[in-house]
Amino acid sequence: MMTTKKLSELAKTIRSKNAGTDKITFDVIFRERDVYETVKRSGALTRESVSALFGIGDNRITDFVEYDPAYAIKFTILRPRPSGSPGDPDIFGAQQYAPLLDVDVNVDA
Amino acid sequence: MTNSLKVICPNGHLGFAPLKTESFQIAVEAGTDYIAADSGSDDIGPVPLGSDTCASPRAWQEHDLEVMLLAARRTGKPMIIGSAGDTGTNSRVDMYVQIIRDLARKHDLAPFRLGWFYSEVDKETVRASMLGGSPVRGLDGRPDLDEAELDATDRIVAMAGVHPFRVLLEEGCDVIIGGRSSDSAIFAAAALHEGFPDAQAYYLGKVLECASFCAEPYGAKETVMGEITPEFVEVTAMHPGQRCTVASVAGHAMYERSNPFHEYVAGGLLDMTDCRYEQVSEKTTRVAGMKFVPAEEFRVKLEGSGRLGERFVGMAGIRDPYTIANVDAVIEWARTQVRERFGDEGWELHYNVFGRNGIMGEMEPLKDKPAHELLIVVQGVAPTREMAEELTITGTRQLFYARLPEVKGTAGGVSFVFDEVMEASPGCRWTLNHTMAVNDPLALFPTHSEIVGSDVLETA
Repeated sequence: MMTTKKLSELAKTIRSKNAGTDKITFDVIFRERDVYETVKRSGALTRESVSALFGIGDNRITDFVEYDPAYAIKFTILRPRPSGSPGDPDIFGAQQYAPLLDVDVNVDA
Repeated sequence: MTNSLKVICPNGHLGFAPLKTESFQIAVEAGTDYIAADSGSDDIGPVPLGSDTCASPRAWQEHDLEVMLLAARRTGKPMIIGSAGDTGTNSRVDMYVQIIRDLARKHDLAPFRLGWFYSEVDKETVRASMLGGSPVRGLDGRPDLDEAELDATDRIVAMAGVHPFRVLLEEGCDVIIGGRSSDSAIFAAAALHEGFPDAQAYYLGKVLECASFCAEPYGAKETVMGEITPEFVEVTAMHPGQRCTVASVAGHAMYERSNPFHEYVAGGLLDMTDCRYEQVSEKTTRVAGMKFVPAEEFRVKLEGSGRLGERFVGMAGIRDPYTIANVDAVIEWARTQVRERFGDEGWELHYNVFGRNGIMGEMEPLKDKPAHELLIVVQGVAPTREMAEELTITGTRQLFYARLPEVKGTAGGVSFVFDEVMEASPGCRWTLNHTMAVNDPLALFPTHSEIVGSDVLETA
């Protein structure tokens, strides 16, 4: 049987933040190399999985990077409108990461 | 050329929250060649630039400038500040220059040379470039600038590279106040002025610009020290409880950037793809292998903000589960009343429904599972204060009167914390996130300097 863990149990840091006025960037950072490699292998975080999780088209994802020096998986999305326009509830883009916490990761991968 | 140069940075966004003095003083006592910090950010949204204001109290800015100035003048080391007052507009540069003059008088400092430069760009300069056949190119998926978007803009700043800082350093300035600038350029300018190579100089800036964000455990507003050599950069946490580790330093390269390998500055690209990280002592990490690729065409980034109108804010709560299930119909009722009063155009009304998807909007995976109570934040934007206030109070109070067919509570459909609307900052919008080609890297950044202190008056 497949063993799964929540991404929040595996990652040291899961965060989101503006990258300029038009984008929000997400960082998922691991403490240990083997955990990072496991999550990469599991396929839990891919362009496709995050576009499904946030309900956005693939064309809204501008970058998806596996960043080995920091054991990090990082992706960036275009905002629906520039930061701080009236109606934007998250000027800094700092609270957009929450759905990532509960992503299931197959740790047998 | 000297073999190494030390630069300290006490705050990643000077003035946004006060710097912590203990680690700063430790760094000053350890010995540094430059003291530098960035004071700007576009994180704060378009309002400060659109309305030419600061995002933080002046007292916090004065605090940090005072702590840094006293240390710099006591040790005789240059002090460099970029993006004065959050936005780096001309009025914010003038404000910081005056704060430095006032602090010099207050502390009776020996004479020193104060330099500054401006970054604001006149709309007609941008229009001339655009109409003269040099498109002002959009960044991050934006189209090239057109005249309608330029006309909707109230204020533009250009992002300076190292060039105006270097001019002022060559003039012998002891304290420099910069207009809007690339974070990394503030530090790179010092290293380039002292003869260090581009790649290491820009990396030094990149790693230092957010101060202790490149250290662990997490703790902002603490000082870090960077030391540059012709081959590598070392970065050291100055707070007794923090360390710069391979993970924290490599991790910082991706902070607030869409790509952890590439950092664009005016005049080129810092390439961190082949960076090598090494823990050389408990608190210090060494980085080598960075590259700098000069740009073929010199393009300057422009930030512009346009004022949409005056803004008011209202709030309403909902507890009835039937009303919660029909909150969109409630909002539509209120919107319809606004349309009947003000017509279909010439105003904006925004509803954020907290407890459902107030923070994430359409991206909220749980938007079909609202909580047992909701808070609706209403924002109205209109050309005049009077209209914005009436618009917002209509859009808020009419939530109370929404006509839902099955509602049991017919005495009022929402709760009010206060039955009024509050005046907010003006509604603004980022209109420019573009680049413009310039022939002279200094063309948009006029520099000035003067001798300050001991009642000497001389302007260069």
